[in-house]
Amino acid sequence: MSSGSSLLPIIAILPFLGALVPGLMIRAGRTACATFTAAPTILALVMLGVLAPDVMRGEVIEARIEWLPQLGLSASFFLDGLGLLFAGMILGMGLLITLYARFYLSGEDPMGQFYTYLLLFQGAMLGIVISDNILLLLIFWELTSLTSFLLIGYWKHLPEGRQGARMALAVTGGGGLAMIGGMLILGNIAGSYDLTDILTQGDAIRASEWYLPALILILIGAFTKSAQFPFHFWLPHAMAAPTPVSAYLHSATMVKAGVFLLARMWPVLSGTEAWFYIVSTTGLITMVLGALIAIFKDDLKALLAFSTVSHLGLLTMLLGLGTKFAAVVAVFHIINHLTFKAALFMSAGIVDHEAHTRDIKRLGGLARLMPVTAAIAIVTALSMAGIPLFNGFLSKEMMLDAASETVWAGSHLVVPVLATLGALLSVAYSFRFISHVFLGPVRDDYPSKPHDPPFGMWAAPGFLAVFVLLIGILPATIVGPLVAVAGGAVVGGELPYYSLKIWHGVNAALVMSMIAVAGGLVVLLLHRPLDRLWQAAPRPEAKVIFDALIDASAALSGWVTRNLHNGSISRYLAIFVVATVALGFAAWNGGALAPATRPMLPIPAVVAVGWVLLVVATVLVVTMHRRRFQALVLIGVIGLMVSVGFVYLSAPDLALTQISVETVTIMLLLLALHFLPKHTPLESPLWRRTRDGVIAVGAGVAVTGLAMAFLTRDFSTISDYHLANSYTGGGGTNVVNVILVDFRGYDTYGEIIVLGIAGLTIYALMVSLLTGPAARRLRNTDYSQDRSRDRHPLMMVVATRAMMPIAVVVGIYIFLRGHNQPGGGFIAGLVISIALLMQYMASGFAWTQARQRIQYHAMIGWGVVVAGLTGAGAWLAGKPFLTSAYGYIDLPGIEEFGLGSAFLFDLGVFLTVLGAVMLMLYSLSRIARYAGETVNVEPMDYDPSKRVEAIRNGGE
Amino acid sequence: MSHWIIAPVVLPALLAPLIAFVMRHDITLARAASFAGTLALVAIAVGLTVLAGDGGTHVYALGDWPAPFGIVLVLDRLSAMMVLLTAVLALIVQTHAAATGWDARGRHFHALFQFQLMGICGAFLTGDAFNLFVFFEVLLIASYGLMIHGGGKVRLQAGLQYVVMNLAGSTLFLFALGTIYATTGTLNIADLAVKVREIPVDDAALIRVAAMLLMIVFAIKAALFPIQFWLPATYANAPAPVAALFAIMTKVGAYAILRIHTVVFGPDVPATAGLPGTWLFPAAVATLAIGAVGVLGARRLMPMIAFSVVASMGTLMLAVAAFTPWATTAALYYLIHSTFAGAALFLMADLVVSRRPEGDRLSTAPATVQNGLFAALFFAGALAMAGMPPLSGFLGKLMILDALRDPSLIVAGWTAILAGSLLIIVGLARAGSILFWKSTAVAAHRPPEDDCEDPVRPEIRPAGPLEVAPTMAAIAALALLSIFAGPVTDYLEAASVQLFQPDDYIAAVLGPQKGE
Repeated sequence: MSSGSSLLPIIAILPFLGALVPGLMIRAGRTACATFTAAPTILALVMLGVLAPDVMRGEVIEARIEWLPQLGLSASFFLDGLGLLFAGMILGMGLLITLYARFYLSGEDPMGQFYTYLLLFQGAMLGIVISDNILLLLIFWELTSLTSFLLIGYWKHLPEGRQGARMALAVTGGGGLAMIGGMLILGNIAGSYDLTDILTQGDAIRASEWYLPALILILIGAFTKSAQFPFHFWLPHAMAAPTPVSAYLHSATMVKAGVFLLARMWPVLSGTEAWFYIVSTTGLITMVLGALIAIFKDDLKALLAFSTVSHLGLLTMLLGLGTKFAAVVAVFHIINHLTFKAALFMSAGIVDHEAHTRDIKRLGGLARLMPVTAAIAIVTALSMAGIPLFNGFLSKEMMLDAASETVWAGSHLVVPVLATLGALLSVAYSFRFISHVFLGPVRDDYPSKPHDPPFGMWAAPGFLAVFVLLIGILPATIVGPLVAVAGGAVVGGELPYYSLKIWHGVNAALVMSMIAVAGGLVVLLLHRPLDRLWQAAPRPEAKVIFDALIDASAALSGWVTRNLHNGSISRYLAIFVVATVALGFAAWNGGALAPATRPMLPIPAVVAVGWVLLVVATVLVVTMHRRRFQALVLIGVIGLMVSVGFVYLSAPDLALTQISVETVTIMLLLLALHFLPKHTPLESPLWRRTRDGVIAVGAGVAVTGLAMAFLTRDFSTISDYHLANSYTGGGGTNVVNVILVDFRGYDTYGEIIVLGIAGLTIYALMVSLLTGPAARRLRNTDYSQDRSRDRHPLMMVVATRAMMPIAVVVGIYIFLRGHNQPGGGFIAGLVISIALLMQYMASGFAWTQARQRIQYHAMIGWGVVVAGLTGAGAWLAGKPFLTSAYGYIDLPGIEEFGLGSAFLFDLGVFLTVLGAVMLMLYSLSRIARYAGETVNVEPMDYDPSKRVEAIRNGGE
Repeated sequence: MSHWIIAPVVLPALLAPLIAFVMRHDITLARAASFAGTLALVAIAVGLTVLAGDGGTHVYALGDWPAPFGIVLVLDRLSAMMVLLTAVLALIVQTHAAATGWDARGRHFHALFQFQLMGICGAFLTGDAFNLFVFFEVLLIASYGLMIHGGGKVRLQAGLQYVVMNLAGSTLFLFALGTIYATTGTLNIADLAVKVREIPVDDAALIRVAAMLLMIVFAIKAALFPIQFWLPATYANAPAPVAALFAIMTKVGAYAILRIHTVVFGPDVPATAGLPGTWLFPAAVATLAIGAVGVLGARRLMPMIAFSVVASMGTLMLAVAAFTPWATTAALYYLIHSTFAGAALFLMADLVVSRRPEGDRLSTAPATVQNGLFAALFFAGALAMAGMPPLSGFLGKLMILDALRDPSLIVAGWTAILAGSLLIIVGLARAGSILFWKSTAVAAHRPPEDDCEDPVRPEIRPAGPLEVAPTMAAIAALALLSIFAGPVTDYLEAASVQLFQPDDYIAAVLGPQKGE
């Protein structure tokens, strides 16, 4: 890496690093802030100056830092003539704008923010012109859109600023997105995303079938950025930005990015019919249209904005012509346009700043009041008009020269005539700018008495005006070498013949130019009637259309979204089910199925009865689900039938689990139902219920079909291993339990945690319910008619009390035998919780609660922790989590059972299940207390023993 | 066999019950314990990522049972990376929840949070399809608890939708697992990979249905069309830190598809060849469209962010649907990016929304205190979400576009991504302009009598450094992801290659002879 190449990345990064400074330096004052903003720019400019001699000799300086090599993205930079030209323009203008803005911005504007954005933009723009990787270029490209968005919206309290910023972002950001596509295609064709590689592949790219899509996408990006018709409308609205921004971004640099890109890609993309017709035609239309509109704009900045559009059109047209000569002219005009247009914007800003208006109709005669500003403005405006001795004249002559030789769709006239027309209109608005603002009598109704600004403010435009003259008079000396090296970089080879001088002799271009000047003067003289005509004529207002388009798309989007996501859970489920069945069917259809291997079995009578019961109960649930209590009972029936099914199919563990889960669930649901309406209201119309019914039946048929398909086919499973290893490896003969606590103990661990979380969630839900409006509703609802008069009946209290010890013993028994016989911690936990649940139901929660001292949170916590620690205990033996160890204990009277780590794990399961169920119950009872349930101190409402006692007491 | 592999599951699983019952009365204690746990999780995850970085597939056989008979955990580059992502995100979100006091607005936040981490890590690490179901349950129930944390009618309604849709998904998961077991007789992922590859095409109908059903199950989690309906309301109404944490939840679905539909139902499997991609791709396009349209049409900030998450899932799944190693690399990069981008936006929104009298409604209101700071955070988050440079979204999008070069994908894929980006940019710019720019004008033009303090309204505090730090951390993560895109992509590329060569995975789990 030569010293030059190591400077290049530093130049690229300097503005970004510098952007950190102004925000802080503003605390030291405005001048300090501006000075420190200028510092990185100056530094970068100096470094560029160091590199410049090599580039002027024709060398290309390259630097490369790998970033994302897998994608082909690298932070690689290169500096050739074109890059040098633009980099110099960006940095030089940046410096002038920094100076100008120091005086332009008022004390109320956050200057630190402004300079931060400005430097960020400068960095992004600089990045575009020295990127050697098109992906990197895209990054900088989008960054310019973003920083431009921030700068246009800088005066965020002004609606024009906000709207202009959003419009610019939408248009240029959108164009940038299109360009991403184009660039990726380009890289795809060339096999590399490096610009220097792509530039060598012109023939292959133009021959590719992907050339046209790539071209169109890239052109959309370039045209939006450079405000070409029909995307030109955003630029005038971007003028809501402070004038330094308009001068910098929207005339000198950012809008030239599109032109730059056309120039950069010129060797690769130009030279085809598509390029010629799309690019040159667009440029021509833009040039004429922009100039035409500019004439009738009364806002100084709007006039300049449309004139910028027009000149960008001119540049685009030149590049679109596809000849080397035209391309070099474009390069020359880029320099000239930069000098005069930026100075004009700054002059307009000065006028606005001093006179407090930019309305041409309220101005005039300023030449006498602010002579310095007027001199600068007049010099630069004459250049814009293309008057000899000013630099605009030279490039305009060359443009007309190039245009006069262009044949467009067989016509020799179209391009020269339109180009002359564009020049004519350009003369008109330039002269209007001069005469209506600076010439004429001094008025006495300016909003503020104008006078020349301090030197600092006119220094920058003055400097540029001097350049306008210097280039205009001595073009070859001042910019000749730069045009040559930059033009050489654009055309990518031999330079065409051209000469930078004022007098080319009498040729077509001179004649066209003279027509333009004369015509322009005529238009200016006729301005008043023409203006009336223009104002009266109907014409599309871009902003109105754009806003309507955005509003309409937002409204449509909102409408679509809200109708799609209307919050109807039944609709969401319907879509889900239909989609699932359809996709499942589609998947099924893609493959075939071998014939069934299992014969159909005869149906025994008992199975048939059970099946009928199940079907009837299910159908009844559907028909009666509006009566919730009955539906719940029916669901209980279904659960029981499923348990019976398990028994029939010799799955006692499953049956036990199913029965106990069923019981606990139904009991809790019954308790919960107390606080809910007893009937489900009819909410959907018949057609929707029919639709849902059809969907449900369809899904049911599909599931049945699927189940039938695999039930009638043999398959081999891994379960033989479990049967074989249950006793020898897991220490238990009940394979189901060994699977639960050993083979797949990890699943069980997860599931008890699910249960524990459910308990916690219900508790948390209950607490938040009771602190919200729901609590008030609970308090105010009268549940008394639902309540039984005998809430704690004698028989139930006695029976549950008698059953309690039995149930506990059964629970313990089931728990202990679980490893070898049907049972286990899960079922045991449920059995004991049923026993406790019944106490609560019989005697009320408060009474029961007072008699038990274990906290449910703790029980869940301990359960999960015990299970977890049991599993982790295996680590001590160097074994994986949940590895079991066991031995056998023979308890006399019961039977031999294994005591091992699995036992402890099962204990954890037991505790969690019990704790979770009880916490749910506790949560329900808290709600009940809120709903006004009284606390009973006695175990039962009517206690005969009390009565006996009373009689006895009374008898004595 | 390193016991550290199970630590991301066991650590929160032991910590959560302790927080739930020992520390439930003291929020400071719970915060400290939970924070320490998450910090440890980050450290463990870093260690595991280093371990997996050697390219090996590390298997942890629970209960010392050999696969496929017991359950195994499998640590490879992909699962290690997902665990690390989860841990880092959790640390950010948790700090926000504690700093803003969200965690004290209901019960058991930290216990549920740790359980949630356990569920997510478990899902990423498992090598068993049924165990994946179990952990889906864990993370579903914990996320439901977190989602309704703090209560409120609208939140509970949205929570109901969330839980009902996801329970429907769980049911379908069981159907799918049943079908798989009835076809192959196993549920171990590596074993399934072997068995499914042996199924001839003319007997593939059942396994194809199973593959499709599983994909739908995972698509519910990933919020893909036409089952994305639950996401916008859920995320928009969840407590903001929870919504930020949920940025990883959708990724669980994406991860599961990436894992199962490459190792088991990969492109090289005759029975299901091409099936997942064929259907995933159009669904992803539609999802992206719905998300982008939702962003443009949103009238509130929280739903807008939620829809942007939908759009990002669409983008992510576009890349997943291509089922090539390079596209998967792009998908993984974008996955990391969109996780932090979504989190950053939700956390930022929380700071703003809690200080606006209008809440998250996108209407003109006076500027909040620290308007500039919030505007900057929003701008950064919006850049990330819209996929604009210099944050990682742009690189992710470029990679995805580059990966979707296949002629059958390019038109639909590119159009969806580029047009979707435009809609999102326009939508976010609109929202930002209303929230942060227009508001300054309102404050300026307010008549003075309105400026007097409303006595009823609680005083609005400016956000302290600790409240802003998590949002900034998420954005910093995006910046780092962008700067170090090269090394990160190296890792991700290796992870994708690993994913598309299931032989190593199979050999590691089942022993060398099965893996050929």
